[in-house]
Amino acid sequence: MGCGLAENAAGFRAGRTAFRPVDLFDVSRQRVGTAGQAELPDSLPFVSKMDWARMDRGTRMALISAREALETSNLIGGEMPVIVGTSAIAMPVGERYYLQAVEGGSNRGQFLRVETYQAQYQMGAMMRALGVRGPLRIISNACASGANAIGQAFQMVAEGKADRVLAGGYDALSQLVFAGFDSLQALSPSGVPRPFDAARDGLAIGEGAGFVVVESLESAQRRRAGNFARILAYAAATDIHHLTQPHPEGDAALGTMTRATRQAGLEPEQIGYINSHGTGTPLNDVAEARAISRWAGASTSQIRVSSTKSSIGHLLGGAGSVESVLCLIALRDQFLPASLGVRDIDPVVEFDLVQQPRETLIETALTNSFGFGGANATLVFSKEVRS
Amino acid sequence: MSPAGWGIQALIEAIDSNAVLPRAELVRERKQAAPVVTPVLRVPAAVSGLPRNPRLRRVSPISKFAASAAIEALGPERIERVAAGELRLGVICTLMNGCVNYSNRFFGEVLENPSVASPILFPETVFNAPSSHLSAMFSSTAPNDTLLGDSAEIFTGLELATEWLLRGDCDGVLVVAPEEIDWLSAEALRLYSRDYVASEGAAAIYLQSGGDGPRLLSVPDPIPLNAGADRAESLRQLVEESGASDDGGTLLSDSRSGVGRFDAPENAVFGDWTGPGISVRKILGEAFCASAGLQLVAAVDRVQRGAVERALVTTLGGNEQAAGCWIGRK
Repeated sequence: MGCGLAENAAGFRAGRTAFRPVDLFDVSRQRVGTAGQAELPDSLPFVSKMDWARMDRGTRMALISAREALETSNLIGGEMPVIVGTSAIAMPVGERYYLQAVEGGSNRGQFLRVETYQAQYQMGAMMRALGVRGPLRIISNACASGANAIGQAFQMVAEGKADRVLAGGYDALSQLVFAGFDSLQALSPSGVPRPFDAARDGLAIGEGAGFVVVESLESAQRRRAGNFARILAYAAATDIHHLTQPHPEGDAALGTMTRATRQAGLEPEQIGYINSHGTGTPLNDVAEARAISRWAGASTSQIRVSSTKSSIGHLLGGAGSVESVLCLIALRDQFLPASLGVRDIDPVVEFDLVQQPRETLIETALTNSFGFGGANATLVFSKEVRS
Repeated sequence: MSPAGWGIQALIEAIDSNAVLPRAELVRERKQAAPVVTPVLRVPAAVSGLPRNPRLRRVSPISKFAASAAIEALGPERIERVAAGELRLGVICTLMNGCVNYSNRFFGEVLENPSVASPILFPETVFNAPSSHLSAMFSSTAPNDTLLGDSAEIFTGLELATEWLLRGDCDGVLVVAPEEIDWLSAEALRLYSRDYVASEGAAAIYLQSGGDGPRLLSVPDPIPLNAGADRAESLRQLVEESGASDDGGTLLSDSRSGVGRFDAPENAVFGDWTGPGISVRKILGEAFCASAGLQLVAAVDRVQRGAVERALVTTLGGNEQAAGCWIGRK
């Protein structure tokens, strides 16, 4: 959708989509050839050429996002823990290592590829570029990783273990992962995902990063920093139904939504917007829709829900954090991003599916993230806290 | 779970006897060049005693190692209580190398012909597949996280486990560190030094509040190994922050592997350590996160057996952190 808060806010407010042919690797023999591929700058003024060259595509996106998060928080680096979610790490680097090993006779460049493939190397490089120093935690819970990272940062700050934490998630497109979803026939053949449509036929892969600074109100007030929103709650659970399929009734999703709203001290009808996991696959959407109905009960029809994956695709390890940032944008700018491309709403949907960007008053937002392996996470946010 | 065999008894016997384990050769055939032969230490092929669980039918070795170590750490009584819903079990897996075996196979199939690449392989390439299988195997819906990092990552796993226990997110936590061998990573390791021997296995530790087992006395924040960092100084700082000291009776379980260049910082810091010491990598090879887990398991065993009162476990990771913990008897 774009680089930075302003471009993304404008794009989602206008109801744009970001799907285009993939040109990062060969997709000519795949069933699908499009994705939410991002445009990245060739360099950044505050990163040396060598450091930039050694950063993989995902880390470059993470760096851009994390830098904006720090700037928005009036921070220039400093001491703070960093918690990051990623599923694919620097997979394109690993792919190049593999190709040279099987095709070439030389080890030239292979040592550097081994080092730069590793997520901790990449995130260490990002922290150096940002001037951030502190313990690093990398969570890899598939497509819930980004939400888990923000959730664990929230817990760390809420429990007084840190004044502030830089947290977020990222993933870049890679051939292995793209082909993986294609092999599962999880990608929409049309390249256009239609979450919650009765005839939905799969997801679209995307790429991106979203980062936030999670800080205690006292700490933010001490340094006279403004804030974007408040995190009210985080809940995580494990769906043990199947490695790649959710429980058909959405049991784990129901569990995290229930615990998160209870922790936030809210009733379902007090949630102004749900940014759903909403991948557009037949099984995910029905499970999530059922979970929302079970969670909201008689209030279900009042609950406003959309899937922003209909605009940018599924960002995997970056999904939960980018969708959290979209909730923050919705709270700041008072509009709901839409589920685009829906023609006939699936009968299982009993909530208010937002099909066009909608100007509205909104005080609270909830985001769901579910991943392979059954990683489920829910975050609840409320509007900016004024000092 | 290690090249010494399946189960902790085999591990302890190998360490106590300073065994020299037989090496295998990993041979990678190439079309237009000589095969690449890499010496490795493998977990012996043996009946694992794993349950007949549908989740474990098609998994790669890393998940089998993780499952076997987890079952042994948890024990039959706790397994029954988890299944009965009486014990909320959290699961944390710490990985550096991860599910490389199926990633290699799947990517090979993608390059060959993506339209027939196996949908069975791909989900097993995802980093959190082993931890997911553990939760499913034990029927636990409590939190489950997979952490990535260098070979010292298990100590962040211990820290996260204590957070869960203190918060009441679960009643007990399994921290598991599994790794598997594949030519991709075994050959990569030799780019660092030809003296390294790649290995595989898994370690699992069960933590709960209270109880009679050895205590986790401290898990200091890892010391980041920034570019150009003095690795020995980072390790010294870690030891200081752990609260442990060399009183002549404290066991040191370190990460020395016998590869001189990489052992130098630990030699500098621990060269005059007067207490007992074990260096599991010198016997079992380099299995990244699993090796650090085996360091911890070996130390816990010595404390549990009463051989020592306390143990300091430290791992000097490759490119992220010096990390460790201090454990002792109740």
